[in-house]
Amino acid sequence: MNVRNILLGCAVALMAASLYLVFLYVPTEATMGVVQRIFYFHVPLAWVAFLAFFIVFAFSIIYLWKRAEKWDVIASASAEVGTVFTTLFLATGSIWARPVWGVWWTWDPRLTSALILWIIYIAYHLVRTHADGGSRGPRFAAVVGIVGFIDVPIVALAITLWRTQHPGPAIFQGGLAPSMMLTLMVCLVAFTVLYALFMLLRIAMKNDEREIRRLKLTRS
Amino acid sequence: MSFWNKALTIAWKDVISEMRTREIIISVLVFAILVIVIFNFAFGETREMLTAVAPGILWVTFAFSGVLSLNRAFVGEKEDGCLEGLMACPIGREVIYVGKLLGSLLFMLAVEAIALPVFALLFNLPVLSPELITITVLATIGFAALGTLFSALATNTRAREMVLPILFLPLVVPVIIAAVKATGLALAGQSWAAMSTWLYMITAFDIVFLVVSYLTFPFVIEE
Repeated sequence: MNVRNILLGCAVALMAASLYLVFLYVPTEATMGVVQRIFYFHVPLAWVAFLAFFIVFAFSIIYLWKRAEKWDVIASASAEVGTVFTTLFLATGSIWARPVWGVWWTWDPRLTSALILWIIYIAYHLVRTHADGGSRGPRFAAVVGIVGFIDVPIVALAITLWRTQHPGPAIFQGGLAPSMMLTLMVCLVAFTVLYALFMLLRIAMKNDEREIRRLKLTRS
Repeated sequence: MSFWNKALTIAWKDVISEMRTREIIISVLVFAILVIVIFNFAFGETREMLTAVAPGILWVTFAFSGVLSLNRAFVGEKEDGCLEGLMACPIGREVIYVGKLLGSLLFMLAVEAIALPVFALLFNLPVLSPELITITVLATIGFAALGTLFSALATNTRAREMVLPILFLPLVVPVIIAAVKATGLALAGQSWAAMSTWLYMITAFDIVFLVVSYLTFPFVIEE
């Protein structure tokens, strides 16, 4: 059994446990009602999105420093998975916000930083695909990964100062009931394992692509 | 030559080239004034309305015209193979960054120095205060710090005119927010103390991105 199969097994088991906990075990939240259950997916998605972004940042620095292609493969795989998770967490957040706050979107610091994060991810992929050849794509993407990661907290700070009147979401104020906390923790672990699994798959796929390109070049 | 002498030489080269071709400043200035005029039609219902949206109009104008002039910053270098010449010089890549940064900063400030009085005239606002000039200079340093890095990056991509704004605009959001807020306070005749948070914010952004761009720029123009 290799690492990938073990991770796959863990991810399936944890996801099944999460689904059971979220939809059957945990009680419905009193004020927000059933829509609050999206929280158990939303928060882990957000956590993974930021974790992925940090991985992009860290491996971009290592790539620029060491210049081995394997580090860039990790950074770009993480950016791809991160983009998907950011898109999902923006979408789930919006679905949650509509019944609870009455609007699909509000220019709250968290939401706006998430949106900027998403745009930076898009720019990251754009720069990589639009760079003309050679090591330019990886290098440019690495620079965007580093600069973007440093920018997001500053965006969050600026918007916090800009919109000081906005109340924090109720969920973070009162603390969570033990059953809710348990569900959230299991979901967090499940999504983190899922991220690790996606990363392994993408990295393996990218390495195969590289290998095929190399073989094609040596034959021709 | 010292570091600063080399950087100033590169900036001076840009100034001479701009004085001979008049490629950037005139066209960007016309663009900036057009943006102001168009916003006037979009929002200009009443005096109160204009006063309320004036800081936003000013900073959208400066951000867009900044993108326009930054887009040109490395085009000349690229087209005539001058970048290779610069890189063949026995100078650090950081020196090229600082030199190009100073050049772009100068062009953007020149455009703003003419656009601001025009803005004051058209909108009937007291914009020529020390507060507003400080805000403009600080925010423009932030634009130029990040913009020079991304301009060099975008020049080496296909569709470079598109890549620069997509990279640049989301990342300068903090500067735009702080500059709009501080400008609003300055136009309302508030004291320095009232806008100090925003000025600190822009200054912090400037320092962070001057350092980060200085460190990452050599990787952008490697070949």
